[in-house]
Amino acid sequence: MTSATHVARPAASADRGAPGARETVGAFLRDAVAIAEVELRKVARDPTEILTRAVQPTLWLLVFGQVFTRTRAIPTGSMSYLAFMAPGVLAQSVLFSAIFYGIAVIWERDLGIVQKLLVSPSPRASLVLGKAVSAGMRALTQGVIIMMLAWILGVPLRLDPLSIAGLIVAVLLGAALFSTFSFVIACLVKTRERFMGIGQVLTMPLFFASNAIYPLTMMPRWLQVIARVNPLTYLVNALRALMVQGGSSPAGLPTDFAVLAVVFVALVALGARLYPGIIR
Amino acid sequence: MAVDIPFSIDSELAVQTAGLTRRFDALVAVDSVDLAIERRSIFGLLGPNGAGKSTTIKILTTLLAPSEGAARVAGFDVEREATQVRRCIGYVPQLLSADGSLTGYENLMLSAKLYAIPRAERADRINDSLAFMGLLNSARALVKTYSGGMVRRLELAQAMLHRPAVLFLDEPTIGLDPVARHAVWERLLESRSRFDMTVLITTHDMEEAGELCDRLAIMQAGRVAAEGSPEELKHQVGPNATLDEVFAHFGVGTVEGGGRYRDVRNARRTASRLG
Repeated sequence: MTSATHVARPAASADRGAPGARETVGAFLRDAVAIAEVELRKVARDPTEILTRAVQPTLWLLVFGQVFTRTRAIPTGSMSYLAFMAPGVLAQSVLFSAIFYGIAVIWERDLGIVQKLLVSPSPRASLVLGKAVSAGMRALTQGVIIMMLAWILGVPLRLDPLSIAGLIVAVLLGAALFSTFSFVIACLVKTRERFMGIGQVLTMPLFFASNAIYPLTMMPRWLQVIARVNPLTYLVNALRALMVQGGSSPAGLPTDFAVLAVVFVALVALGARLYPGIIR
Repeated sequence: MAVDIPFSIDSELAVQTAGLTRRFDALVAVDSVDLAIERRSIFGLLGPNGAGKSTTIKILTTLLAPSEGAARVAGFDVEREATQVRRCIGYVPQLLSADGSLTGYENLMLSAKLYAIPRAERADRINDSLAFMGLLNSARALVKTYSGGMVRRLELAQAMLHRPAVLFLDEPTIGLDPVARHAVWERLLESRSRFDMTVLITTHDMEEAGELCDRLAIMQAGRVAAEGSPEELKHQVGPNATLDEVFAHFGVGTVEGGGRYRDVRNARRTASRLG
C-alpha cells in the first residue's frame, strides 16, 4: 500500500453529496439543543447549585444596596440607588456564575467525555453553543430570584410582557456570552488550578470596570474607556432599561443587543476552534 | 503539514496509513507508521507505555492532526474528510467516559442525536443495544451507580449505536475483573459479526490480544516493531513462544530506555502546556 498508481474513491463517498444549507443549520441546532438538554437534566437532578448561587446577589441587594441607598452618594438621577443597582446585581450574578462555567470542560476532558463528543460528527460550534444555551437557562433561575427580591425591597419593576421577554433574552445572551468566554479561557489554560486563578483575576475587573453599581459618569476618564468596551456594561444597560421603571439605556437597546450578540458569536467561533486543543 | 502520499486505495481495507508521523516538539511520538487493517478484522495495537499507540488512535479518530504522512479510515482521509470519518467510526476512550450524572438511557440518547439517528428509530435502537449488552434493567439508573463492567458495556453500546464501520477501543478491559472482561470480549466478537465491523484495540493484556485479535502490531518508540497474526508473531520468536514473550522480544527498549519513557512523558506534558 505504499507505492500506488491508481487512486480510486471508495463507493461510500461517491453517493454522499454535500448536505443542503437548511439541513446543515437544522443539524447544527439539533446538536446544540441535545447538549443543552443534557446539561439541564443534570441541574434539575441537583438544584442546590441554583440556590447557593442566589446567596451572593441576595447579600449585595440586602446589605450593600440598602446601605448605599441611604447615603445618596452615588448620582443615579430620579432613580433610587437600590433601583439603579438591582439590574447591576442581576448582571453581576450572571457574570459570576458564568465565568466559572468553563471548568466543566476541563473536568469533562479528564473524564473522557470531551474526547467522545469530539469524535462525533457534530460541528464543534454546535457543541459550544449547546453549553452556552444551558448556561443561559441556568441564569434565568437566578434572574427570577433577583426579580422577586427586588420586588420585595420595593424596586419599581417593569412587568409588561415585552419588557419581561426582553429581559429573558438579555439574561440568556449575557450568560451565554460570559460562559463561552470562560470556555475559551479553559481551552487555553487547560488545567483547573490555572483556570481558577484566572477566573478570580478576571471577574473583579470586569465587574468594577462596568456601570453595574455606579454610573459611567462617576468614573475617571481611563476607566470609562475600559467600561465602554466591556460587554458587561452593555448587559447592564439593557437590563436597566428592561427591568426598572424609569431606566433607560444610554446607547439604546438595539446597540446593547447587537454588541452582546456579536461578541457572543465571535466567542463561539473562537471556542469551536480551540475546543479540540484541550485534549492534547 | 501533512504531505500528500499516494495511496493505493483498497476498499477491503478499513484503515490505511502511510508514513504516519506525529511530533510534539522534539519528540516523535509516532514515526512513519504504515498500517493496513482489513475490513471485519480485529486488530490489536500493542506496545509499552509511550510507544505511540494512543497518539496513533487520536490521529485515526481525527482528534489530532498528523505532522506528516496520511491516514484513511473507512475510505476517508482523516484530515481532509474528518467529518465523514467521524460519521463512520465509534470510539471508546481508555477513561470510563460515560456521563455518571445521566442515566444509561440518556447517555445513549445523546449519542443517538449527535449521530443523527432518525427520531423514529432512536428508542428501538437504544433499547436493542441495551438489551444486547445486558443493561436493560439498569437503563434508568444513573451511570455513577454502575459497576466498571457495566460502564464499559454501556460505552460499547454508545460507540456502536450508529453502526460504525470501524470501532476504536483504547484499552477496553483495563481494570475489569475476569468475568467482566470476558463479558466485554463476548459482546465485542458478536457485534463484529453482527455489524460487519472492523475493530482496532490497544491493549497491554496479552490474553486479550490472543483471544480477540486476528492481527497484531507491536509498537516501540513510535514505530511498528513487528506485525502479524498472533501465531506468526509467536513463530518468529521461538517454537513454543507465548505472546508475553513476543511482547518482551519486540517491545524491548523499555528497560534500557527507561529514561526515554520519562522523556516521552515530559515532552508530552510540555507539548500540552504549549498547546
